[in-house]
Amino acid sequence: MKRKWSLLASLTTLVVFLTGCEPLLVLDPKGPQAARQASDIMLSIGIMSVIVIVVFAILIYMLWKYRASKQSDDYEPPHIEGNIWVEIICVGVPVLIVAYLSFVSIKSNYIVESTPVGYEDQEPLVIYASSSDWKWHFSYPEQGIETVNYVYIPADRPVEFKLYSYGPITSFWIPQLGGQKYAMSDMVTTLHLAADYPGEFMGRNANFSGKGTAENTFIATAMSQEDFDEWVEEVHDTAEPITEDEFEELLEPGHLGRMTFTGTHLEFSPAPEHNHGSETEQDSTKLHEETDHSGH
Amino acid sequence: MDFLQRFAIPHPSPAIYASMVAIALVSIAIVAGLTYYKKWGYLWTEWLTTVDHKKIGIMYLISALLMLFRGGADAIMMRAQLATPEAKLLDAQHYNEIFTTHGVVMIIFMAMPFIFAFMNLIVPLQIGARDVAFPRLNALSFWLFFAGAMLFNISFVVGGSPDAGWTSYFPLAGNDFSTSVGTNYYMLAIQISGIGSLMTGINMCTTILKMRAPGMTLMKMPMFTWSAFIANVIIIFAFPVLTVALIMGTTDRLFGTNFFTTGNGGMDMLWANFFWVWGHPEVYILILPAFGLYSEIISTFSGRNLYGYKSMVASMVLISLLSFLVWTHHFFTMGQGALTNSIFSVTTMAIAVPTGVKIFNWLFTLWKGKIRFTVPMLYSIGFIPLFTIGGVTGVMLAMSAADYQYHNTMFLVAHFHNAIIPGVVFAMLAGLTYYWPKFFGFMLNEKIGKSTFWLLSIGFILAFFPMYITGLDGQARRMYTYSESTGFGALNMVSFVGAALMAIGFVTIVWNVYYSFKHSSRDIGSDPWDARSLEWATHTPVPVYNFAKVPQIRSSEAFWDAKKHGHQLFTGKQEEIHMPNNSGVPFIMGMIFFVCGFSFVFALWIPAVVSLIGIFVCMGLRSFEKDHGYHISVKEVEETEKLLGGASK
Repeated sequence: MKRKWSLLASLTTLVVFLTGCEPLLVLDPKGPQAARQASDIMLSIGIMSVIVIVVFAILIYMLWKYRASKQSDDYEPPHIEGNIWVEIICVGVPVLIVAYLSFVSIKSNYIVESTPVGYEDQEPLVIYASSSDWKWHFSYPEQGIETVNYVYIPADRPVEFKLYSYGPITSFWIPQLGGQKYAMSDMVTTLHLAADYPGEFMGRNANFSGKGTAENTFIATAMSQEDFDEWVEEVHDTAEPITEDEFEELLEPGHLGRMTFTGTHLEFSPAPEHNHGSETEQDSTKLHEETDHSGH
Repeated sequence: MDFLQRFAIPHPSPAIYASMVAIALVSIAIVAGLTYYKKWGYLWTEWLTTVDHKKIGIMYLISALLMLFRGGADAIMMRAQLATPEAKLLDAQHYNEIFTTHGVVMIIFMAMPFIFAFMNLIVPLQIGARDVAFPRLNALSFWLFFAGAMLFNISFVVGGSPDAGWTSYFPLAGNDFSTSVGTNYYMLAIQISGIGSLMTGINMCTTILKMRAPGMTLMKMPMFTWSAFIANVIIIFAFPVLTVALIMGTTDRLFGTNFFTTGNGGMDMLWANFFWVWGHPEVYILILPAFGLYSEIISTFSGRNLYGYKSMVASMVLISLLSFLVWTHHFFTMGQGALTNSIFSVTTMAIAVPTGVKIFNWLFTLWKGKIRFTVPMLYSIGFIPLFTIGGVTGVMLAMSAADYQYHNTMFLVAHFHNAIIPGVVFAMLAGLTYYWPKFFGFMLNEKIGKSTFWLLSIGFILAFFPMYITGLDGQARRMYTYSESTGFGALNMVSFVGAALMAIGFVTIVWNVYYSFKHSSRDIGSDPWDARSLEWATHTPVPVYNFAKVPQIRSSEAFWDAKKHGHQLFTGKQEEIHMPNNSGVPFIMGMIFFVCGFSFVFALWIPAVVSLIGIFVCMGLRSFEKDHGYHISVKEVEETEKLLGGASK
């Protein structure tokens, strides 16, 4: 275990060195999901480096040893069919490596698709994050708040982002908190994140969605629960309520700065839940009861 | 005026107007040149109506090289725009069109014709056949590809280029978000050339299964033919999916159906699934023939038989099966859940095993060999380490939880270029250099060829390796700009320098062809590389009938047997040779398809219906036509053989 970590550490150092000191965003995790992904990435870089080195070594040896200029003119290379043992090694070793990586990969899949490790006993904060050309709308159904292009979350608490889109497929991504997931117009997807530390994190739409994609970014700020509660109160004191007309205007293609409202658009423009197997079964938000689903 | 308005460019720029003028001037120059030198007849009888697999191969080759430069121009513009933060060289719309056309052109109109070029040139020769199974269908395949390519390429001067990415995901590619005719071009141009590809698939499979020379069992086929066979089997299974998806996309855009729309029961995710059910096998359609070329070249220049022939074949079969079981890995982040992602993660990683076997077999082919560092061999040697890096990063991407961080980033862009450039592009250039003398009668200059290799390799490393790092630093793909504060600037500048080196490298290829045409010796015999497989057993240039007598085969290295072990390839009496007639119908059909596609793009229904009828009329005429080909008399064959260098061995 110790050796594994020292390997990881040295590789990280190498990567950091190569890029000029500042750690790469993805390899500088600030939450358990991103940490899991970063450790998977470092593990696979480590194992893959070994494979690359082996291939390089064999190649260099062969080219050095068997180049024509080194051999006599009358040397006739022999006819060699495959050798069963060589083939078994060439299949066997990769199979073992792939099996191990598969094991890690499957385990990680279940980890990143559930409440972050270490936060299982806490009630997650549910935030609906929907994209429109080219903005992000964040709705807090419990708090009755809606923001545009920025999101505040309490640190040390799991957050469930419910993702969908008013338009093209987008991808919700806060690299330092965890990997991305698609937001689509006919289905709601869930991204489980948590921030271990307070801080400001870059967030963006990573999936090409037309002219304004490059600027389709937002800032995610993690803060203590008290600060978060204070912010919620402040919003209720100062912000205007969101109206259907105003929301329709916000959906128009273009870019907007940060905006804050009370109430959420979910009340008049609900998320496309219960479509195509949206992952929403266990959440009993208010919306759930309000939405009419005669088919169910 | 309203009618003409639709043909205007929605987002004009000086570069596009300049291109328009350039296109017009080049067209005028070509027409004038052909008229002045009285070459119209030559063009028609020797090229436009030909059904000869070698000439069709050469036409594919020329088209592929032209498209390489077209796609390369897109690439260099993109890298230039991203070289510095917040650059103003291209605006968002223009950048989006460019990366869309770069992807489509490079995959569909560069890599595909390149591999078809080699399949056409080499497969019949390697199996000792006179042509492919359906020569006229083969010509039709080419002209459909050509019509599709032309249709796609006029998009940027007539009506506007597609701008929804080469994957053209709905709903972005739907009418609501993609209002120009660009995506219509995408749907129809790929459709037309895709039909051609499907026909080639059927044609090549039939050829390889039914037309091998006596003695050549399946397990005695040269490795390139094996790879071509597997690739064409994949084509037959994968391309119909694309055909159907494109029809659905076209009707969504033109007739208001709702297959992929967001309302009315449409499902945008369906397009992504269809696209990649075709798209992932497509990757192997490209890479397997490339593997085949490497196998031929590495074996030839190691002076040794290919190590592990059987496991090479087995691994290709396995890759072809697995290629259909991994498509979901292109969208692990779509929210299918942990179970689905796990399954596709494992199948994807499994492909690394047969691919690894192939890498090791190539390495062991070098073992005890006598390695000559020619240009084709340099590409093959460069391929092994570079492709290994591309392959292992593929395994990294296959880890679906980690993929949430790689997806849509420059890391992914680095990975697939790392697989495609050393994998496919290097193979095509290696094959080009290797087979050039067989079809053109002179060698390409080795010195210039080597500098091309080094320029491309170093350029490639500089251009794409930095992307692995910026990707992990959060640089998303397909973004036309980034701010200074991201810190991506320096590495993107390195990428640009690399891209510029590659551009110089590609220009040296043109220089090489010109220089070698001027200066290379024409006295090279029929076996300039001391090669091993059957295609080298005939004359250079290859006579129209390929082999005067049908060769007798006893191993996968028939020509080597003949050279070293006294095997008699050509025995028996010279007989009359039966050959297919030329036909203008494939070319005419290609042009009608072009008109048809263009009419559909702009919803011009009268010409669309007329040209559709025209297509069916051509097909009907063919059904009633009695064309039994022609015979070359024994005398004529013997004269040709004498002229080309004595009686065949």
